[in-house]
This record gives sequence, structure tokens and C-alpha cells, in this order.
Amino acid sequence: MATTITMPQLGETVTEGTVAQWLKKPGDSIEKYEAFVEVSTDKVNAEVPSPVTGILREIICKEGETVATGAPIAIIDEIGAVPSGASAPAAPQAESASHAPSDAPSPAGAKIASVTSATVPSVGNGRTSMNGGARHGFTNDPDVLRRFSPAVRKLARVHDLDVSSVRGTGHNGRVTIDDVLAAATIVQAPQPDIARAVVPTTVAPPSGTSTYGSPIPGTLVPLSPARKIIAKRMVESLANAPHAWTMVEVDVTNVWAWRGAAKTRFQNDKGYALTLLPFFMYAVVQALKLHPLLNAKFTDDGIVVHCEINIGIAVGLDSNLMVPVIRDADSLSIGGLAVAAGKIIARARAGKLGPDELGGGTFTVNNTGANGSVLSKPIINGGQAGIVTMEAVVKRPVVINDAIAIRSMMNVCLSLDHRVIDGTIANAFLGDVKKRLEAMGPSGDL
Amino acid sequence: MAIATESTVMNNVEAVRSTLYEALKTDDRTVILGEDVGARGNVFLITKGFLEEFGESRIIDTPLAEASIVGVAIGMAMEGLRPIAEIQFADFIYPAFNQIVGEAAKTRYRSNGDYTCPLVIRTPYGGGVRGALSHSVSIEALFYHVPGLKIVAPSFPADIKGLLNAAIDDPDPVLFLEHKKTYRMVKGDVPSGHYTIPIGKADIKHPGDKLTVVSYGLYVHQAIEAAKTLAADGMSVEVIDLRSIRPMDRTTILASVRKTHKLLIVHEDNKFGGVGAEIAAMVAEDAFFELDAPIRRLCGPDVPAMGYAAPLEAAFMISTTRMAEAMREMVRF
Repeated sequence: MATTITMPQLGETVTEGTVAQWLKKPGDSIEKYEAFVEVSTDKVNAEVPSPVTGILREIICKEGETVATGAPIAIIDEIGAVPSGASAPAAPQAESASHAPSDAPSPAGAKIASVTSATVPSVGNGRTSMNGGARHGFTNDPDVLRRFSPAVRKLARVHDLDVSSVRGTGHNGRVTIDDVLAAATIVQAPQPDIARAVVPTTVAPPSGTSTYGSPIPGTLVPLSPARKIIAKRMVESLANAPHAWTMVEVDVTNVWAWRGAAKTRFQNDKGYALTLLPFFMYAVVQALKLHPLLNAKFTDDGIVVHCEINIGIAVGLDSNLMVPVIRDADSLSIGGLAVAAGKIIARARAGKLGPDELGGGTFTVNNTGANGSVLSKPIINGGQAGIVTMEAVVKRPVVINDAIAIRSMMNVCLSLDHRVIDGTIANAFLGDVKKRLEAMGPSGDL
Repeated sequence: MAIATESTVMNNVEAVRSTLYEALKTDDRTVILGEDVGARGNVFLITKGFLEEFGESRIIDTPLAEASIVGVAIGMAMEGLRPIAEIQFADFIYPAFNQIVGEAAKTRYRSNGDYTCPLVIRTPYGGGVRGALSHSVSIEALFYHVPGLKIVAPSFPADIKGLLNAAIDDPDPVLFLEHKKTYRMVKGDVPSGHYTIPIGKADIKHPGDKLTVVSYGLYVHQAIEAAKTLAADGMSVEVIDLRSIRPMDRTTILASVRKTHKLLIVHEDNKFGGVGAEIAAMVAEDAFFELDAPIRRLCGPDVPAMGYAAPLEAAFMISTTRMAEAMREMVRF
């Protein structure tokens, strides 16, 4: 009968051993308890006695090779063994103890390889009430599960949601924090009626039901009042204001990292996402203070330079474009701008903006990068001197001090009313925006 | 921590050994004392060869008298040496309790700052190695109540080096706990050169956003394994390695819970009054409104000791499978 010899565990903390020297060759006979191999670990060198009398059939592990304790190292054909279903001892037994160091915790025997968890029937499974209640699980009491966790209640209040109306997907239908977030998203951004949008045209022939949100080819999309106003103002602006255009590249690596580090905390504390927009707006507002001619409007009597800085944010909706305005934007911090923008964009998407929130803008910011654009040529919002875009943040190789670095880059485009300002001022303004954004980094104040 | 250009793969024993060796080499004030640290070279061979190289005045074999080991080391520390005392197994530390708690931890306060006690007490702790009643115990909860005492329990080689260096540099007593099962089981890159890791700073070993798991010692390694199995099912779990038990890194724990909204604490030491109790209380006090599930603790059972019999030991230790199960339940809750 063949007995497989495994690498013994020579010491409590030893997990592997190296075959230092084979004392027998294949074909040699071995007496029980006779040393036949020398094993070394970082703790000890030991001769390993054979657990059986027999002939060394095969050496599995060559001299110098290091294997885990319990790994097979040789096969011995046992002589005089009674063949039976019971397997032979898998490893040298206690005898190796005399060579092992007296690791204090070690009982007076060398360990049979891997005697611990692997070969021991585990009572840990199925009967673990003694261990800190790991498996007793969470309560199934419906009364308890109808109550809401502190985090759920807090988030629901931030989003002005009635939690009892939120569908729970957690343990036994419990409302989780993710359920509240999902419900808040649905309330804020009504999805287009997908069922209707995918109705095949072969089933529903062209009819008068075509809308801007779900246009049906072959039908006329009637102009909504909003669409009419957008069309009129775009034509007017492009016709009246001679548009010039310029662009700078901004290295946003540091501000992007800052935003990344702060966003989770901010979202949790304030309930609004921390995007790159408020950082950008903050830079634009500060630059506008330095270059007031950008915060102005052309009239036949002269150029009106505004006292207030009211920033419009272009918000694209499914059927519409809205530019809600953050008033006195120069009074807000980056964090304040994030909250103000988050609120007003949510209200715009929900169709809840009042007229006072749409008028009075003195300059416009357009986050075209949100849709992946890297370069755009916006039309100025009528009655303003310019509109600036933030394009998509893209990682690019950039040359810094004659070395090539990978940086997060963002294009910033400006359309300007050439009646009000010329290229010099426009580029000074853009350069200032660039400088401010590039100076922002994780040590700043939100 | 310095940015190292080179590193060496070591196990935890080698990390302790090489850090001690460098301390002996670079600072003549460094002294090692304890049972079998000299001729025997420590029972895990951590100090093997030190006696021959550094001599009897710096590598001191002591009698089997733990109160004396720590008491003598306190005197050395107060008078300008940098003793590193070893308690052969954490289970033997009880006779030294008065010296550690009553003397070392209070030296600075009692002397109004005239004396400090720059003492490191190293000791292997923890079970899972068939160590039975006197070679398996976790002692951190007995000491973490004590102001004036720092306790660290790193379990990665690079952390061991950085924190052992920090402990040696520290002007006050530091209890340095080494989980004996990780000694040769855990290997990792250790940066070259001298560096320290601040005591009191936890480390996120596996980032995630649906559950925070706080652990230390052997179980950090199992928790990371468990988190990986959950990740395969799309469940994102953050594993924080406490590394330092006191001072405790509130900032990292609270920031993580504010992100994940759920907290599971895993430790080998028994549950009642354990380190997990303090973490749970801290989170309940400071982040109650961020919690989306009850805090849970997965700990050793409240029994007098870890038995030698394999089934008893298995019942005490928490398997990776059970950790993964508890994590799954929490993520799904």
C-alpha cells in the first residue's frame, strides 16, 4: 500500500518547509521511525522519520524545493501493510517532535500536517450562538421593520420624501438608504414614458400625437410655447450680437482630486452631489469680479455693467432648455454654490421653477462636458456679454517642465459679444478662470 | 511614511526581527529583555543571533518573572535607555499588570512630566494555532481601558515595521501585540530604510461602499478574503485595519460609516467589553443619524479560554466563511 508523505509542520507558526536533503533514494528500503529526509524551515532543521516500513517509491519534492506544510513530498510503498479501506497516516507522526524546537505552545508532538480547521469537523457552522450572535440574523418583527433607520429618515427629510410611500428592497421589505435615493431620483427627474416611446411605428401609424419628447418620424412636432421662445431668442442673439469665440485648456487634476476626496462626505452632509460645476462657477464668479466687462450688456446708449453677479446655469431637459439663475453668486462659497446649483437644477428638472428663478441672469455657465462634449460653440444668452462652457474632463499627456505627465484636462470655451469686449479682455478673463481652477487643490476650503 | 524606492518580501517574523535589529544597530540605548530572548533567540527565533552580536548587556535573558521584566524595563526607560521588553506569550502578562498599568502608564502623569517611560512591550497573542489555554489569549481589552498606555496590533509586515519603529521612538509606553498565527502565514513587501507609521492611524485595506468592517490582527486578513468573495457578487465592502487600538482612529472609522451607513466589527477577543464595544459606542454617539442598520459585532465567545481540542478551538475562532455570511446579511439588510 502506498503512503503519501507530506511536509510536516515543524513549529506552531510554520507554514512551509524546504527539503534540505534526501537521506534515501527511490528504491531504498526504509524502516519505520528511520530518518529518510531532512527538512529545513526558517525555525529549524529536522530529520523526518518514516511513519511506515517500506520502500521509497517516489520523490515528489526535489532538494531545495519549498512547499507548504501538508503538501506531498514523497510516496513510500508500505511493506506488510494490511490493505484496507482505511488510509494510512498522511504524515510523520509524533517522532519528529524530538527534532522540533520546543515552541512553548506546542504539545509534545509534532503536528500532523494541517491538523487544524481543514480536517476538524467544524462545530462553528450551524451552532454558533455563542459567538457574538453572528448568525442569529436581523429581526423579522414586522413592527420593527416598519420603522426607519436614522440614515433613511435623515435622507428622506433632505429630499422632502414621505418614507412610508417608498418601496423597500431590503431585509423583509425594509426601506434602505438606497431605496430612498432611488425614490428621490425618480421624483427629481421624471423618466420619459418608455412604454410609449418604444411602441413600434408599424403598430402605431403616424398620427397627431408626436411630441418633442417622443417624436414620431413622418409627423409634425408641434411647437410648445417654450420651444417657440427658445427659437426666437437664439435667432435674435445670433443676429444681434456678433459672436466671437475662444478657448483655453485647464489642468483640473488637483481640483478633480479635491472634489473626489470631498464628494461622499459632502453628499452625506448636504444631500447634494458635489460635481465639478460649483468649483468652476466659483472660479468664473471670481474672474468676473476682476473683469466686470464680461458681466455686462450692450445697449445702444452704452454698455451697462451690472452690480450683481447672477449666474445662469444651462439645464438641458428632454424637451426644453432652461437657464435657472443663482442670484448674488459672488456671495457664495464653493459648497454654497453646490447646494444652490443642486437645488435649482432639481427644481428645473421637476418643472417647479418660478419666473423669478429664470430671469435676471448676468452671465451664463454651460456644463457641456456633462454630455461628453470636448469643445462647443455656445450661443450667448440674449442681453449678456458672454457664455462660458466647461467641457469634459479628459486624461491627456501634457508637457510640464519638458517632462510628459498624464493630467486631467478640461477645455473651457467662451462665446463673447464682440460689441462689448475684445479678444484681449476675453482672454484675460479666461486666463484668470484657468489660473484659479489650477490653483485649487485638496487643501482648500469648500 | 517615507516613499521607499526598494522593498523586500518578508513574513511578519522577519519584519519584527529586522526592525529590532536595525534599532539595536542604530541606537546604543536599545536593549531587549525577556524570557529566552538571548541564548534561545526567542521561541519564534525573532532574536536569534542577537546575543552573539550585541552582547549580554543589551540582550538580556531574564528569569521567568514578568513583573520583574517590565519593572526593570520601566527603570531603564525612565533613566534614558530604550528597552524593548518581551512577554513570551501574552497569556503570561498578568503578573506584570501592576507594573504596566500602575507604573508605566502613569509615569509621565505622576512625575508631572519630569519623567517619561519610553518603553515597548512586545508580546505574541491570539489563537488558531492549537495553543490551548495558555498560548491563545487576546489581552487588548484588559489594557485599552488604561489612559497613558498605547496599544498597537499591526498584522502586515510593512505596518509592523512602521509601527514598531514608531513605538520605539514614542516617549511613552506602547504595548505591541503580534498575532502569532500571522507570524509566518503573512508575507508582504516591506519598504527599505527607516520609516514610521503614526500610532493611532487605521488603514483601509479593502475599499468599498456598502458596509464598513473594522477589524485587526489575524481577522483583517480573513475579512479581506471575505470582502473579495462578496465583491465577486457585486457587494462592495470596506475593510478597515485598525492597526492601533489606542489611540483609536475615530476619523477613518466615522468617515467610512458615513459613507457605507453600516458597521460590522470583527475581533477574536471575546465580545463583552471588547474593543468592538468602544467602536460601537463611538459610532452610535457620533454617527447615529448615518446608520442604516444596527451595528453588529462578530467576536469570540464569552468563555474562559480557547480550548485545546480542535472542535473547541474551531468553535472559538471565526472562519472566513462565517465572516462572509455576516457581511452578506448586513449588505442585504
